[in-house]
Amino acid sequence: MSPPLLQVDRLSVTFRRDGMLTTPVRDVSLTVQAGERVAVVGESGCGKSLTALSLTRLSPTDRARLQGRVLFDGTDTLTLSPDALTRIRGRGIAYVFQDPSASLNPVMRVHDQIAECLPDLPCAERREACVELLTRTGLPDPSRAARAFPCELSGGQQQRVMLAMALAARPKLLVADEPTTALDVTTQRQVLDLIDTLADADGMAVLLITHNLGLVAGRMTRVYVMYAGQVVESGAVTDVLSNPRHPYTRGLLAAVPMLDAPRNAPLQDIPGTVPSPDAWPVGCAFAPRCVQADARCHTEQPPEIDSADSHRSRCWHTQPCHS
Amino acid sequence: MPLLTVQDLYVTYRTPGQPPVRAVCGVSFSLAAGESLGIVGESGCGKSSLARTLIGLQPASAGTLTFEGQAVDRLSRQGFRDYRRAVQMVFQDATGSLNPRMTVRQTLHEVLRVHRMRPAAAIPQRVDELLDLVGLPTTVLDAFPREISGGQCQRVSFARCLALEPRLIIADEPVSALDVSVQARILNLVRSLQQRLGLSIILISHDLAVVRNICDRVAVMHDGVFVETGIAADVLDAPRHAYTRTLLEAVPDVGRALQRRGV
Repeated sequence: MSPPLLQVDRLSVTFRRDGMLTTPVRDVSLTVQAGERVAVVGESGCGKSLTALSLTRLSPTDRARLQGRVLFDGTDTLTLSPDALTRIRGRGIAYVFQDPSASLNPVMRVHDQIAECLPDLPCAERREACVELLTRTGLPDPSRAARAFPCELSGGQQQRVMLAMALAARPKLLVADEPTTALDVTTQRQVLDLIDTLADADGMAVLLITHNLGLVAGRMTRVYVMYAGQVVESGAVTDVLSNPRHPYTRGLLAAVPMLDAPRNAPLQDIPGTVPSPDAWPVGCAFAPRCVQADARCHTEQPPEIDSADSHRSRCWHTQPCHS
Repeated sequence: MPLLTVQDLYVTYRTPGQPPVRAVCGVSFSLAAGESLGIVGESGCGKSSLARTLIGLQPASAGTLTFEGQAVDRLSRQGFRDYRRAVQMVFQDATGSLNPRMTVRQTLHEVLRVHRMRPAAAIPQRVDELLDLVGLPTTVLDAFPREISGGQCQRVSFARCLALEPRLIIADEPVSALDVSVQARILNLVRSLQQRLGLSIILISHDLAVVRNICDRVAVMHDGVFVETGIAADVLDAPRHAYTRTLLEAVPDVGRALQRRGV
């Protein structure tokens, strides 16, 4: 197999806050092949978004210390010069975020914002290229939308504009961080279908960050489940969701209301909350919320265990693969 | 006698110089005491306008609302005040619907005091009961909304409603801003409140799976009208209207998605 498009090796993100070191992302390893659909799931505060931002060193403060390796197309983005990094941002890895209204500049017309993503084109051709990009994203009346200000568009339309901007430089990897959480189900479906279609057309890989397991089940190939800054389970979507090994993944699945579930069956919630990065538990990070936890879980960190081909889980109670 | 009957309700927004926007066009339904009704539909279909009209925040342009056998628009001043107390609402943005400068204790005390639900001396005990009812520890009492999680804020919102001993709670997308595991806890809370206190619930959501899980009946709303109503299980298992099917297909459901992929 050719080397993966993105290979993250033991990525850790550390902040110094009030003289204390906190590590909200711990030893995360993940790979994305060219053209592949990969999902990262977990509750808020598990380090999903920070992991995604760290791929191009976009962490929220410059005081963050990034350790590990992020190989994108063979180069380590963590050691690149700022100039070289600028060439990867947008052209190599592009982002779409959750809240399009906060990501767009409210006082610039849509075409001016998209034009900023097209520095290689002569000015005269940019306007036309903008309309073409907007047409690809399926916006009704793209030339009107190009002249509009963001506030004149609906949430779904704004997210399409964000997509047009992300796709302007034909990236190899699109990182979509909760792109549809603010949208209702039918718009959500349209936007995700659109990402799928565009990714297929350009051979672009997609890294989708979400807490919605339904989206993962329907359209992604592989999934990484994150908890407390670590990857706790990973593998093919069909394996992980139909045969989850980690109690956290099982908990997430049981908490989702399903259409075919019997009515009035109470939903199973996961007791407690995600611990704060300032005080990760000593042993398995999930132990305080886990029904299966025993003495060892509270004192020793479980290793990642291969349970079936490339289905891995970080839990002492996972049965290792005996092949 | 049904608790609430809505007959041919219209809500129209008029702006000078612009054509009127008809948000709700002739909706009729009735709700029995202790029953739960889910209203589903996309943004802009009129479900929130309907909710705002039910609690009296938005006047109806036409149609009648009957609560416990009395027409709401003919109620006396005192009668209308009682109606507003009996019908409570919980909003989507839990943190935003609480006063940021009041602690949880102040918020709950204020409701009980203003509506004279309890003599001053009995208020602290009632607040403890309310927290217990929504499953919050007493340690949150002195916290401000920003200091507690979104799920906890939503519980405080429910406690604030329950302080007024309502007959009907209208919950407008109460869980769509929350994480899945927190969502499960709030939905379980809604169900237990309905069962323990015999409350009627109107749950507004765009997530059909949520509605399926909680509600006895469901109404599918599109462009201001109910296009399909019925027992929740019947409507969602065998939808008759094309729009209901579109909505159902858009739900990202784990079970169905895996089934399609042959797992």
